[in-house]
Amino acid sequence: MQVAASPVLHSGSVADNCLVRNEWLCPLYVTTRSDQILAALQEHVTILLVTLVVSVVVALPLGVLAHRTAWMRSLVLGASTVVYTIPSLAMFSLLLPVVGFDASTVVVALVLYSLTVLVRGLVAGLDAVPTAAVDAATGMGYGRWRLLREVELPLALPTAFASLRIAAVSTVALTTIGFLFDSGGLGNLIYSGLTSNFRAEVLIPSIMCVVLALLVDAVLVLLRRQLTPWRRGAAA
Amino acid sequence: MSAVVDHLLDPESWSGPGGLVNRLVEHVGISALALLLAVVVAVPVGLWLGHLGRGGFVALNIGGFGRAVPTFALLVVFVLLPAPFGANLQSFVLALALFTVPPLLTNTWTGVREADRAAVDAGRGLGMSGWQLLRRVELPLATPLMMSGLRLAAVQVVATTTVIGLVGGGSLGRIINQGFVSQDQAQVVVGAVLVALLALATELGLGVVERRAARRSSGRTRSQEPEEVDDEQGRRPDEAGAGTSARGAAQASR
Repeated sequence: MQVAASPVLHSGSVADNCLVRNEWLCPLYVTTRSDQILAALQEHVTILLVTLVVSVVVALPLGVLAHRTAWMRSLVLGASTVVYTIPSLAMFSLLLPVVGFDASTVVVALVLYSLTVLVRGLVAGLDAVPTAAVDAATGMGYGRWRLLREVELPLALPTAFASLRIAAVSTVALTTIGFLFDSGGLGNLIYSGLTSNFRAEVLIPSIMCVVLALLVDAVLVLLRRQLTPWRRGAAA
Repeated sequence: MSAVVDHLLDPESWSGPGGLVNRLVEHVGISALALLLAVVVAVPVGLWLGHLGRGGFVALNIGGFGRAVPTFALLVVFVLLPAPFGANLQSFVLALALFTVPPLLTNTWTGVREADRAAVDAGRGLGMSGWQLLRRVELPLATPLMMSGLRLAAVQVVATTTVIGLVGGGSLGRIINQGFVSQDQAQVVVGAVLVALLALATELGLGVVERRAARRSSGRTRSQEPEEVDDEQGRRPDEAGAGTSARGAAQASR
């Protein structure tokens, strides 16, 4: 990765601009390093998407099983409390010998975190499905599978989506620590900025992280509204 | 795995300024300072805003916004700020406290807002001032939720303190970071295991405190049954004035 030269050292020899003055919000940083920034952003978004897809695919069966079987519930919820309590940096480090020194460690750690949030949300959502709705569907001859797909999951969706939003926003922020594996997306830039005392390279990617997280959150809110048309007009 | 055991058995790993013992003490000390600062700021603000019923949007959404800010990014920004900031204690404690405020503020505010309205109205009917109402009615009723906020905040701060090891600070995170720099996997794992144990101990320890607070509070709630209000109406003012704070609160909140 290209390391930014410490701009302050050159102040006598080059023209005076915001890079030379090492300003926090330097537009020249963005224009001169747009390729680098876009590549980091792309890596960040890719890690987020892979993490979310894998987490949702794994969380669905786990959540349904935990909702239906008592021992699975205590196992899954207990494990998720432990995993959620382990600090992210420790999680990345503990996975290092198991998964290896690359982006997959970052994704596995992020998936574990997202899972704890998603499974809990899904179980809470399924638990809150009104018994009347389940009874009505059963009375109409719905089998277990159809009941799950057409009644329980749709009604659990709003709660499950709330946890998906939390998982997505946390994932965007936690990805930055992936710089330890040179796979931290925008976090790589922030670390490079730290080691070379390059303020714009720290602040601008940091702001991009926050904006990305808020943007993803907004997209998920819109998606939930699309998926739950019957709740339109009700409070968010 | 054996490398991890070797690392743990080596007395060199434990002693000295960069040893495990010293880093653990640093970790706990910095976490405690940040938590204290956050409590001193967030609890009074949460109590007062909750009492006034204002600032709900901020109190309820600050957690979501806090989640969107990467702890690593904010710490790096503090490290690169000019003096008095930089890679020093005040930067770390301030940055960590900022991340610790949301769960405390949200839970304090919600605790006060969710205090039994009948109890609050009864207190007001007794002619309590806003301050008395807050201290004797709302605060005791909000305590269980506030304790749960304290647990969340403490676990969060222990986790975030690890990250200062990546930006030039001490703590157990420094052990992990040095392991990464020198490509010593055993050291990385040892640091990580200690951090994980510290976080789990915090969660469990404060979980016990939290359940105790909840039990004490539910004892109070039982004595708030509406039919009891009439029975004890006459006695209340004397006892509320004379009782110890907990007892007085229980009386006043009836």
